[in-house]
Amino acid sequence: MASTMSTTATTAQLGSALTETRQHRSQLSSIWRALRQRPNALAGISIVLAWLLVGLLAPILPLANPDAQDLANRLLPPGPQHWLGTDELGRDIFSRLIWGARVSVPAGIAVIIVTGTVGCLLGALAGYMGGAVDAVLMRTADAILSFPSIILAMTITAVRGGPGLGNALIAVGFVLWPEYARLMRSQVLSLRESEFVTAAQSVGAGQKRVLFRHILPSTDAPIIVKATLDVGAAIVLTAGLSFIGLGAVPPTAEWGAMIKQGADKGLQYWWYALVPGVAIMSVVMGLNFFGDGLRDALDPRRRGR
Amino acid sequence: MGIWAYAGRRLLQSILVLFLVSIATFALAHAVPGDPIEAILGERSAGNPEIRAAAERKYGLDQPVPLQYVYYMRNLFQGDLGESLSTRRPVMEDLQQFVPGTMELALAAMVFALVVGVPLGIIGAIYQGRWPDSLARFIALIGTSVPVFWLGLLALYVFFYRLHWLPGPGRLDTGMKPVDRITGMVTVDAILRGNWDVAKSSIEHIILPAVVLGSFALGIVARMLRSSLLAALGEDYVRTARAKGLSERSVVNGHAIRNAMIPTVTVLGLTFAGLLAGAVLTETIFSWPGIGRYSVQAALKLDYPALLGVTLFVATAYIFVNFCVDLVYGLLDPRIRLS
Repeated sequence: MASTMSTTATTAQLGSALTETRQHRSQLSSIWRALRQRPNALAGISIVLAWLLVGLLAPILPLANPDAQDLANRLLPPGPQHWLGTDELGRDIFSRLIWGARVSVPAGIAVIIVTGTVGCLLGALAGYMGGAVDAVLMRTADAILSFPSIILAMTITAVRGGPGLGNALIAVGFVLWPEYARLMRSQVLSLRESEFVTAAQSVGAGQKRVLFRHILPSTDAPIIVKATLDVGAAIVLTAGLSFIGLGAVPPTAEWGAMIKQGADKGLQYWWYALVPGVAIMSVVMGLNFFGDGLRDALDPRRRGR
Repeated sequence: MGIWAYAGRRLLQSILVLFLVSIATFALAHAVPGDPIEAILGERSAGNPEIRAAAERKYGLDQPVPLQYVYYMRNLFQGDLGESLSTRRPVMEDLQQFVPGTMELALAAMVFALVVGVPLGIIGAIYQGRWPDSLARFIALIGTSVPVFWLGLLALYVFFYRLHWLPGPGRLDTGMKPVDRITGMVTVDAILRGNWDVAKSSIEHIILPAVVLGSFALGIVARMLRSSLLAALGEDYVRTARAKGLSERSVVNGHAIRNAMIPTVTVLGLTFAGLLAGAVLTETIFSWPGIGRYSVQAALKLDYPALLGVTLFVATAYIFVNFCVDLVYGLLDPRIRLS
């Protein structure tokens, strides 16, 4: 009898799991279909992927060594020899730009993955546990959100001992998690009251199981959109820290640091600071286009508009 | 709930957040690597045992941590933010000197953002999907995706270096002295004292940084107004207004915009934080004497008292502005008060 019951239960579970997968897959394919109708979103993600790809392939691409100095050919304007000119040490700016993509873009993505995950977990915990846990976590988030991000990031970088890409990225991550915590908390709060959670609780699922197996998988859309847009914000913030001298230190080829070096040389060497700025702008715009498209694709009310 | 009860509740919330912010800065001050006395006094003074003992007593560093926080707050309430390691002056005096410059810049940027952003948002909503909309959205997109420090360099290159239309970095023309201080805002003081040369130079110098700084806020204002105006135009009361034969202009101006302004006003609070953050970079590029540049120099020199003083000041200002925005929100939309 018991075994029959468990078989039935297993079959039922299997069945529901299958439906779930199928639903999930059909949801994904409908998002993909919606995205395909949005050329802006596709163009956006293509730009970002292209930067990621050339960044990753930088070591095997036929580029000049980004750190090779050539003092006889300093601060050359763009030309056939050096497509985007050279910097104050005669290094090839085009090559440094591509190598910079290897730093700036993955760093922005990694920071958002880490800070987003931490923020979401803390937010989910706050929303699900309520009470003192909720109060402490969310008030901490409020306090952090009261600081303008770059000022707090500057302070954290300084407190951690000064300039350095690592310190800058830690600071950026620290500044951004509370927004994820808030977003996740509000989702969990509403999901906590829904019937499938009550159902899971009534069959004796533990708190951890309810939170991780039932509530968390049901929350995704707004957070993914936010994360996409925030990668751009993280790239700009990191570049900003490098620009004021608190981020990447020489000789790292990082876009923000390149703009700073270009600006320090003076306006007559306009191409030096212009080029990495265009690169940052293209990535951020690409992410904005993709994020907006994704938001529309994930929101059934906006589909087809 | 009446407006006073609502204001009172929001005030209590703001005070709570301020309290948390003070704990956060206190924690940051304690996270400073090395010797805290050295961080406050500098290496040389910290070597002197008498000065050291006096500082330990003043900041309560010989006491347990919770008590140290009490000392910290007592000093704060007396307006004592410590002494800057680089300027060798009380941080409070430095703030009094540099805050008006940032305020002046942020106000000019906000004016630019509203004067350009509001029409852009309205055009975008009215001509939804047509070219003015695309143009408005594109300008708004540039405003939010271009790094402000890079836009500043570009603006300097085009309008100062190439075209010579506007002056380069700095607060006033070289050799020109600001008038005697009244408010600390150079333009306002020059006008109050009737010194038109200084006023003219001051206004010329503020245009580029204000436009650059305001471009981010412009993008946010335009996008927000566009989407909330679109939502408002789809409401029943707009259909009613149209049905009773009002012209499109009075439908938009008299009915839709008023409601669309509510979310836009809230966003202005957020935008203000963006302006303060952007001021850090804008002031650095334009050699603007404000707290943004002051904080960058403090961070680079690891001048912790100055940096923490600015951080605390800016957070307080941000909380205050958000409190004001919430009040306006409550006045504009009675439903907010009731919920």
